Amino acid sequence: MSGVRVLVGTRKGAFVLTADGKRDRWAVSGPHFGGWEIYHMKGSPADPDRIYASQYSGWSGQVIQRSDDGGATFAPVGNQFSYEGTPGTHQWYDGTPHPWEFERVWHLEPARDDPDTVYAGVEDAGLFKSADGGKSWQELPGLRGHGTGSAWQPGAGGMCLHTIILDPANPARMFAAISAAGAFRSDDAGQTWQAVNRGLRSEGIPDADAEVGHCVHRLAMHPSRPEVLYMQKHWDVMRTDNAGETWREISGNLPTDFGFPIDVHAHEPETIYVVPITSDSEHFPPDGQLRVYRSRTGGDEWEPLAKGLPQQNCYVNVLRDAMAVDSLDECGIYFGTTGGQVYASADAGDSWAPIVRDLPAVLSVEVQTLP
Amino acid sequence: MIRVVLPAHLRRLAGVAGEVRLEVVGPVSQRSVLDALEGRYPMLRGTIRDQQSHRRRAFIRFFACEEDLSHESPDASLPDAVASGAEPYLIVGAMAGG
Repeated sequence: MSGVRVLVGTRKGAFVLTADGKRDRWAVSGPHFGGWEIYHMKGSPADPDRIYASQYSGWSGQVIQRSDDGGATFAPVGNQFSYEGTPGTHQWYDGTPHPWEFERVWHLEPARDDPDTVYAGVEDAGLFKSADGGKSWQELPGLRGHGTGSAWQPGAGGMCLHTIILDPANPARMFAAISAAGAFRSDDAGQTWQAVNRGLRSEGIPDADAEVGHCVHRLAMHPSRPEVLYMQKHWDVMRTDNAGETWREISGNLPTDFGFPIDVHAHEPETIYVVPITSDSEHFPPDGQLRVYRSRTGGDEWEPLAKGLPQQNCYVNVLRDAMAVDSLDECGIYFGTTGGQVYASADAGDSWAPIVRDLPAVLSVEVQTLP
Repeated sequence: MIRVVLPAHLRRLAGVAGEVRLEVVGPVSQRSVLDALEGRYPMLRGTIRDQQSHRRRAFIRFFACEEDLSHESPDASLPDAVASGAEPYLIVGAMAGG
């Protein structure tokens, strides 16, 4: 029988949650790597037993872990992330030049067709690739060096490359997003890059329509429509229908268009999900009511999804990598909160139930759909 | 035989319990001890000092014989008591964080 495996990264370890296709009874394993921050875990589409995990602590820095048995056991692999050439500088918070320094891995994106190939998005923003299962990492320096890098500035969470999307139809095309630089696209497998931020407008930067400087929080794509991307920006929910050449706002009737995650239904490319957050200073849901908002029209028209979610005194946040969808016939949606809850919906968001309630703050949620 | 005590989170990462005992060839310095430690347990590379510059990570401290050696030259000789194995070399996570 088919099932799902939910990979949860938290501030104090990793957890693996498994269920059959009904998704109503869950087994919880963990914590793995107790005491360490697990920024992200993701399984290989080519081999679901292969899982990569980004393990970090302020004391001891970055470790990359790899599982070859579906998360039952892990072993450390390579953790040397060295920028190519002379790293140069980017902008610091105060606008002064600041040397590029590796801090941590925010996101791991395994290749679609090879379990040994995986990409890493890091802070200070850069893109790395491993072709040997994570043993060694090489930077794809064309992104950092494409011309605007010296103008990039960190967002409040650091200058992180947090989103990597591999185009399923065109192996040469990939997207990356950086806080607070913006969205970028490569059409030659990551060798060269261009900023794709036309149409974004950010009042918090001197030139609101600038080529870079936008605090993009998350991008999402449906595999059947690789020209269409959805974006949750610092403020504004956005959409492009031409692979980032131009963006338009689709915030519509959302109660607030600030938020972090955005995701797409597995079988309906125009059905998308966001979690509105009150504001950039109040990182909790409006009115203490945790609500996912769904649009079935590709944006502009949104409906609140609240059944099973706390509707009073709820002041958690949902971070940018903490939402995921499975690909079972009835699409499942998952998200984790900074309050340690992981919620699941087995009916595309109509109703929700917690899988776990009391984990450490959740940094990331991914799900694997298993045969 | 050099005795090295790791902080708990690095003992788990390295898969060891209790003290680590190392043979160090040549002069016993912080650098030679850490080289031997990382040679035996390669998963510790980068978690105590930078892999390229070998600079100590900011929130890691090195103690021995009730002294803080964190700011000593990495090539300075360690105390005889450490070199003889009478006293351990302590790698400590600074009291910080949450």
